[in-house]
Amino acid sequence: MDTQPILDHALQAVADAADLKALDDVRVRYLGKKGELTSLLKGLGQLDAAERPAAGARINEAKDEVQQAIDARKQSLEQSQLAAELAEDAVDITLPGRRRETGGLHPVTQAMYRIEEIFVGAGYGVVAGPEVENDYYNFEALNIPAHHPARAMHDTFYFGDGTLLRTHTSPSQVHTMEAQEPPIRVICPGRVYRRDSDITHSPMFHQVEGLVVDKGISFADLKGTVIDFVRKFFEKDLDVRFRPSFFPFTEPSAEVDVQCVHCLGEGCRVCSHTGWLEVMGCGLVHPNVLSMSGIDPEVYSGFAFGFGGDRLAMLMYEVDDLRLFFENDVRFLRQFT
Amino acid sequence: MKFSEAWLREWVDPDLDRDALLQQLTMAGLEVDGVEPVAKSFTGVCVGLVESCEQHPDADKLSVCTVFDGSERAQVVCGAPNARAGLVTAFARVGAVLPDDFKIKKAKLRGVESRGMLCSAAELGIGDDHDGIMELPADWQPGGDLKELMQLDDVTVDLDLTPNRGDCLSLKGIAREVGVLNNVTVTYPEIHPVAPTHDETFPVQLDDPADCPRYLGRIIKGVDLSRSSPQWMVERLRRCGLRAIDPVVDVTNYVLIELGQPMHAFDLNQLSGGIVVRKARSGDKLALLDGTEVEPDEETLLITDANGPVAMAGVMGGERSGVQTDTRDVFLECAFFTPLSVAGTARRYGMQTDAAHRYERGVDFDLQAAAVERATQLLVDIVGGEPGPVVDTSNADHLPVAPAVSLRQARLHELLGVEIDAGQVDEAFARLDLEVVERNESESGVEWLVKPPSHRFDIAIEADLVEEVCRIYGYNNIPFTTPTTDLTLRTVVLEASPEAELKKQVAASGFSEVITYSFVDPTLQDLLDPGHEPLTLANPMSSEQSVMRTNLLPGLVDAARGNSARQAESLKLFELGLTFVPGADGLVQQQFLGGLMWGRRRAESWHGGDETVDFFDVKGAVEGLLAWAGVANVGYVACDLPVMHPGQSAYVTVDGERSGYLGRLHPEIEKHLDFTGVYVFELSADVALRKPRRIYDGISKYPSVRRDLAVVVARSVSAASIEAAVRDALGPILVDFRLFDVYEGKGIDSNEKSVALGLTLQSRDATLTEAEIGHYAQSALAALEKAVNARLR
Repeated sequence: MDTQPILDHALQAVADAADLKALDDVRVRYLGKKGELTSLLKGLGQLDAAERPAAGARINEAKDEVQQAIDARKQSLEQSQLAAELAEDAVDITLPGRRRETGGLHPVTQAMYRIEEIFVGAGYGVVAGPEVENDYYNFEALNIPAHHPARAMHDTFYFGDGTLLRTHTSPSQVHTMEAQEPPIRVICPGRVYRRDSDITHSPMFHQVEGLVVDKGISFADLKGTVIDFVRKFFEKDLDVRFRPSFFPFTEPSAEVDVQCVHCLGEGCRVCSHTGWLEVMGCGLVHPNVLSMSGIDPEVYSGFAFGFGGDRLAMLMYEVDDLRLFFENDVRFLRQFT
Repeated sequence: MKFSEAWLREWVDPDLDRDALLQQLTMAGLEVDGVEPVAKSFTGVCVGLVESCEQHPDADKLSVCTVFDGSERAQVVCGAPNARAGLVTAFARVGAVLPDDFKIKKAKLRGVESRGMLCSAAELGIGDDHDGIMELPADWQPGGDLKELMQLDDVTVDLDLTPNRGDCLSLKGIAREVGVLNNVTVTYPEIHPVAPTHDETFPVQLDDPADCPRYLGRIIKGVDLSRSSPQWMVERLRRCGLRAIDPVVDVTNYVLIELGQPMHAFDLNQLSGGIVVRKARSGDKLALLDGTEVEPDEETLLITDANGPVAMAGVMGGERSGVQTDTRDVFLECAFFTPLSVAGTARRYGMQTDAAHRYERGVDFDLQAAAVERATQLLVDIVGGEPGPVVDTSNADHLPVAPAVSLRQARLHELLGVEIDAGQVDEAFARLDLEVVERNESESGVEWLVKPPSHRFDIAIEADLVEEVCRIYGYNNIPFTTPTTDLTLRTVVLEASPEAELKKQVAASGFSEVITYSFVDPTLQDLLDPGHEPLTLANPMSSEQSVMRTNLLPGLVDAARGNSARQAESLKLFELGLTFVPGADGLVQQQFLGGLMWGRRRAESWHGGDETVDFFDVKGAVEGLLAWAGVANVGYVACDLPVMHPGQSAYVTVDGERSGYLGRLHPEIEKHLDFTGVYVFELSADVALRKPRRIYDGISKYPSVRRDLAVVVARSVSAASIEAAVRDALGPILVDFRLFDVYEGKGIDSNEKSVALGLTLQSRDATLTEAEIGHYAQSALAALEKAVNARLR
């Protein structure tokens, strides 16, 4: 019995099956109960007994061959179908995603937090204070009596009732010393107010005050702390110089100049071509201030420093106009997100 | 304080170039604030002698001069009214280049050839005098180098002096400081007493010797004030930032700059009786030289005569007794007023005069005798006159007595953090004119007792001496160390969020932080918080920044409006800051967190979502925040704030206490602002910064089951009351409650709504049986029926 023609037809039919349905039809036609190859088996009885085994074997071989071809074809058809489905599901991955928009912190806030983080790491506490202050805390307790010419250095905003907007964060020094026994290590960040407005002055700005009171605190300690801070804040090994200055609540007092962070001292627009930036005032706490706050200046000494948060933010972010900080233009704010 | 470098170098000339000298001043605490050349740059200008001067044939206002420049003669056409034969003036030859690149060329003026130009001071950038060509000293040789002769390679230095350094408010003081810094000798000008030529005096009486312990007076008779000050004096004053006025003012200004002593000159014939220095009394009136009239308060120290006040002591003279061009006899005042007597006066009256500036910082109380002689000499040289004797009326009991101050070497070491040799301290004291009255050496080091000189008003305690020694030693020579301390750990409060965490959370939910002024426009403030009378600044920068905000809305709204005007499509802004609410118990300064949402909910995108924000966006923001803060027991109740939309706003309550509000601005307010669809919230920062301690509550081992109910209730029934009824009825078995649909419309009565609820039930003890579940569902339904008259749909 020659199975070859049927086998050839069957294999051709398998190859031609375009989908799983057509393939199953092919299976039924050749391998089904009434399929052509199955029928051949049924016809074996008409053969001689001697031929039967060989013929049966040939038919079964042919059936196996067709079954294998069908299996292979099925797998291939399934894969194509999956591929087609996947292709159908494909998206344009370059389209933007569904994003939850985030806001951000104001650049001055970010600078202030950076400052806090640096000091908190060394064991400083962070204290806040009221912005409407009375004369005592803003001036008297800081060794600035009523007629002191230093009051002219502070263009103060007054309310009719004798209260005022704090002109510096230094009142927090007094509040802290009244509430705490030495050793004291705090910084006091916050808003302060002076009647002044131009490209480098805003009637409201931010200061960070630092205060350390303990036994044996020296000017050298002050210098070390200030230099350390400046270098850590800017992450640069900047030159720092100290100039004698005057603040009624410190003695000796110093103004601190830092090598320009922008040009590193070469001279540029940022430093008005001086190579230096004036960044803070500092000094040893005046004995009168310690005494007024109930701390014995013969036993304890301390240092204090104060600098502008906005100023450091300007240097950190290369912002050239202070007023931008208070215009709250979202096109500006988003640049710091 | 402005001064001329060249003048300073006449007194003290350290071996430092200009930059180094100015740098040294800055580093010594006398900060150089500005440096201006005294002349603009020019070339080719020399001293010229006008040998002849004829009228121009064709122009009335021009003259034709022959000018000799030392070697040649040139014909020059000149328009100056003071051009005349014999005048020595500034001559720009052909080829000279004047300031602003103005080149001098041969020219014809109305037909007459002109070779060169005669120059005014202004044309050479030497001040702004352009009334005529320069009048130079007659003995200057034609051809001389003008720049050299006039010392034009000079600068006006502007020092920004701190209030403690009143001693440097004069050339003398600056020279002294430069001498100290360089350890070089200063050559002070010699001041000789001017012998009186008559014995007339004017009586002086000090009624308030505590404020004015010393008053020197001198009569100078027969002056001629029609003369003008000499060129050298005018030029020196100019280089110190002062304009020449008349010889009397110029001389007193000159002494002020030179020695630091303020003086005043009266017209003797306008004074009657005698001078009485006293505090103002009621009824006193004074017309001042600047034209203002004041009724001085009783704090004010006055110079008076028999007819009343003639000057405000140490601040400004009066008009009545002021010196005029026709004044013949002058009475010179040279006094010491104490800093406290003048301090504040100038500011109270808004008169920051040079005199007041010096007196309130402290004028050397030993300076008056020399200053009056110096002024007399200068004045007599210029305007002539006969000086009388100097009358010194002093009250020794009230002259400042600088108490001796001690310095302990051990303390010096302790405070500076470096050991300084006693010898170095001795030297610093000597250089600074600090007289050592006692010096004791013991085991703990040297102790000095030091008397400050009369020009220093800032040395009263040991710390002041520490600073002086430190200054001389050099701030930058002090080593730097870091403070050592106990490594005490800090407390981190568990039940509170740091402010930074809160801000970061708000930012993460899409809000940009703004920082707005604490003082706002009263109109906007009143619009956005009509209930509160704000704290008002007595001296605001502008009326738009004159009241303290009572809530955060004005700043947020203002920032949002600004951004909307700059084409923003959507805004989510927040601020954390103090508000200032005056109350019966005083001002309350409380920190609030405020937010504003406006515009599109999401940025325009291909996946749609074109809606604008609404009430539930702002509520969701607050809910999310309070959930983050861990605040429980939060409620939202109808809000009756007049600025809020009555139907779309809520008070936020925590444990029943109002802690903030949220919702849409009232449409009327939005109309006023011309800004609509504005949603805001404000929360007490205290609430948002709470972080109640979390305690683990266990997790049920048994499955949960959900039952959904759809009930019909009246439209007015709130979701909160439905939830409360169900929660009350079921207790802890109800682990989740969801109101997942609200339907009004077809099939539902117009006064009613259908609400779909999802109840998730779970027990800690067992799997719930069908019977139990049915029982709970029934309970919920019964409770709803009872509480809000609900029925199953």
